[in-house]
Amino acid sequence: MSALDIVTAVLVLGGSTLALTAAIGVVRFPDTLTRMHAATKPQVLGLLLVLVGAAIRLRGHADVGMVILTGLFTVITAPVVANRVGQLAYREQNIRDDLLTKDEMLEFAENRESGGDDQN
Amino acid sequence: MTIVWVIAAVMLTAAAFITMFRLLAGPSTLDRLVALDTLVAVTMCAIGTWAAFSLDTTVTYGLTALALISFVGSVSVARFRVPDTDKPDAVRKQR
Repeated sequence: MSALDIVTAVLVLGGSTLALTAAIGVVRFPDTLTRMHAATKPQVLGLLLVLVGAAIRLRGHADVGMVILTGLFTVITAPVVANRVGQLAYREQNIRDDLLTKDEMLEFAENRESGGDDQN
Repeated sequence: MTIVWVIAAVMLTAAAFITMFRLLAGPSTLDRLVALDTLVAVTMCAIGTWAAFSLDTTVTYGLTALALISFVGSVSVARFRVPDTDKPDAVRKQR
């Protein structure tokens, strides 16, 4: 068992743990936004860890490029999905107000309605 | 090294089953969408782990395909879905 094998093992185990925490968070958290918070971050990071581990273990193969491409696509597309879903959840009031510490979209809308006092 | 693969497989399987609960339970379409995203990510983790375990690179194309298809699917559902009307009381709070 070489040093690279140990690195692979640590990366794969870390990625699997993050995927498990994402799953537990998706089930346990109370509303859509907090579920997204639980799902998106460990999901992307865990996937990247596993992919890096796989790329290290598959080093020398011609298909490692596909693994790297997968990581790239995940990093590019995850914010788009999170943005769309989060905006929809907010617009349909599918969230719990008492869990928000700061509601910047509401402040923005109120600022607009009162017509003026734009600070920027 | 074998124990590492076994532990990873058990954790990923548990993650998939736990996520499926939210996928079935809802309550809204967006929750199911988030759960589906998580499930696809767990699947991709599992495929990556399988590629690292078996040194078989034919599944890596499936990884890329899943990454792109899940993105298109999630954005399509978020764009074209019909909003839910019967929400449970816990989330139907008027601002």
